Amino acid sequence: MTIGSVPAKFRISVDHDQCMLCGRCVENCPYDVFRIENNRIHVNSRKCVACHRCIAMCPRDAINIKERPVDYRSHPVWTTEIREAIYNQARTGKIILAGMGNAKPYPVIFDSLVLDACQVTNPSIDPLREPMELRTYLGKKPSRLEIMERKGDVEVLTTLTPNLQIETPIMIGHMSYGAISLNAQQSLAMAVTSTGTYMGTGEGGLHQSLYPYQDHMIVQVASGRFGVDINYLERGAAIEIKIGQGAKPGIGGHLPGEKVCEDVSCTRMIPAGSDAISPAPHHDIYSIEDLKQLVRSLKEATEWEKPVFVKIAAVHNVAAIAAGIARSAADAVVVDGFRGGTGAAPRVFRDHVGIPIEAAIASVDAKLRSQGIRNEVSLVASGGIRESADVAKVIALGADAVYIGTAALVAMGCRVCGTCYRGLCPWGIATQRPDLVARLDPEVASQNVANLIHAWTLELSELMGAAGINSIESLRGNRDRLRGYLLDESIMKVLDVKPIGA
Amino acid sequence: MKRVCIDAKGMHYTPLNRAIRSAVSSDAREIVIDHVMGQRFIADGLKGDVTLIIHGVPGGDLGMFMSGPTCIVYGNCDHAPGNTMDSGRIIINGSAGDAVAHSMRGGKVFVRDNIGYRGGIHMKQYRDKRPVLVIGGIFRAFLGEYMAGGLILALGDSSQNPIRERGIGSGIHGGKIVIRGDVDEYYLGVGARKTPVPDNEKDEITPLIKEFAGYFGINPHTLLDDTYVQITPSSSRPFANKYTWE
Repeated sequence: MTIGSVPAKFRISVDHDQCMLCGRCVENCPYDVFRIENNRIHVNSRKCVACHRCIAMCPRDAINIKERPVDYRSHPVWTTEIREAIYNQARTGKIILAGMGNAKPYPVIFDSLVLDACQVTNPSIDPLREPMELRTYLGKKPSRLEIMERKGDVEVLTTLTPNLQIETPIMIGHMSYGAISLNAQQSLAMAVTSTGTYMGTGEGGLHQSLYPYQDHMIVQVASGRFGVDINYLERGAAIEIKIGQGAKPGIGGHLPGEKVCEDVSCTRMIPAGSDAISPAPHHDIYSIEDLKQLVRSLKEATEWEKPVFVKIAAVHNVAAIAAGIARSAADAVVVDGFRGGTGAAPRVFRDHVGIPIEAAIASVDAKLRSQGIRNEVSLVASGGIRESADVAKVIALGADAVYIGTAALVAMGCRVCGTCYRGLCPWGIATQRPDLVARLDPEVASQNVANLIHAWTLELSELMGAAGINSIESLRGNRDRLRGYLLDESIMKVLDVKPIGA
Repeated sequence: MKRVCIDAKGMHYTPLNRAIRSAVSSDAREIVIDHVMGQRFIADGLKGDVTLIIHGVPGGDLGMFMSGPTCIVYGNCDHAPGNTMDSGRIIINGSAGDAVAHSMRGGKVFVRDNIGYRGGIHMKQYRDKRPVLVIGGIFRAFLGEYMAGGLILALGDSSQNPIRERGIGSGIHGGKIVIRGDVDEYYLGVGARKTPVPDNEKDEITPLIKEFAGYFGINPHTLLDDTYVQITPSSSRPFANKYTWE
């Protein structure tokens, strides 16, 4: 008992006057917090992860959860999290794994950027009456068009590269089958199909039941090459090479054997129960020239009919790296900021490696423009896009479109408890346990996700209209529509925005 | 049997692959490609029951994502022939570069002579798909690194050549590497374990040795009679004890 037990993270209290002993909390909690004994609900608070499933299911509002019911002696340096990490590692001697995105209280740059609106000198636009153009084409744009006029008709002679047409600049990022359930993937697939946008498969293959939605799916090729064969590549609307991920830049991934059930094993094409190890690098890419070769090999395999995206984590030299990718025949660069979510990542990487998406997108966009190759690639921002204002701001900083991940899961019930790695997600999202997966009804959940995309799209067009902009292209890279609110000068220089009042 | 000849002299890989695909779709069963000089991605993503006879030196990623065809190369290959290959065969009458059979999922690759670094890296198997890489000569460091499934058979004669290099089976967590003669423990990578192949368990490699010998006109007897060691994972969960939950 050198270290002893650390205080419970949560305390649950049950209002027994309200409780009608319906037992829904007992049924719904996969962590075994609740039990009924002698006609009374008993709790074991130590097992609670604050997923809120019991709160959501209790018909009488009889349950309450309090975070950190026991105070540590407060200290600004030796925080509770720091101390508890030390206790954990002193006991185990291991790397700490954690779920969801960056949990350090770094300032959010988005929250220090404000948007513009028209007053008097130029009129704002009412999106109710006027058409707002949100459709975006992702992929290479020719720098010039060769045309020929023939009997009053114009013929385009330049060979155009295939682009993805999205009706709103909001896509759903790559979350694999394995990391999330099939019902969750299906819900997302139905939502992107009905809203005219796209989602990523992640590195987990494409389950047969998702084939009806394949025209709205971007298939991923990552370092483990799990689930990748020619059939998979041909089914996707586009192909994405994953080099890095914002939640854990520079490292690979390990799907533990216990999560590789029969169905997951089938789409990943590995034996059930075996560890799925994605190496840190792609072992056929050791240089920017090799990346070009992988991009071209994918295009060649699919007869140059599909756009190829390359996703990198936002790291210090992201701008130079993205410029290299832009010259590799890739059609889009996806930059994943350090707030990007994940099912599991080493805590030290999740919290300390990488840079925020706001600065990364601004510097990539500036670098590509300075080299005259911004038209060679589209730019997709991901990692920490929480609301429509973030979408508007990151597009104004230079992105063409965004990927959302966590936000889409929250739309399906996720409470951001960050316990995805346990595989017991009570919302049926980050789990493969059949009874838990069955809690997520794709018919309902897909509507929730579609509603979110629709609502953000409406807000985005209102924001654009207020700023007198009627086309998303006029917002893209339009930094004059942003002002920095109490940002320091060096950051504003990177973002290329003026301070408020200027 | 329909036979098509393609002269690849001065041809870019995209029109070359287009010509191959169009030959396959018009039911060619044998396609002879002459004057190949460094064209990458030959037979990339190609499907069907067809044999490609390649004269010259194909560039990187020969037969990448290939599903079904056979490629017979008269010459050396650049890096990663059989990259993420699904099924089919690649038979190389010569040597090949680094990362041969990278992430290969099924089918067979036979290299008559030598290969570069990281041969068979991250090969994996699933159900009836079990990739096989057979090497006749020298292999460089990190053979079968990260290997998750399949079989690598190295037939080089250890008394003739300096064929052993370090990092064999580094991070191996599935599959098997079989090497002719013996391997000093010093050359094994992290997580790899060496055991002799008992004579009565040679059944697995016997047909592969015969197939190899048949392709390259070699007498299989010495190979069949020699002794072999096998490198297998010391654990199928090499990373299981690395982590603790938050």
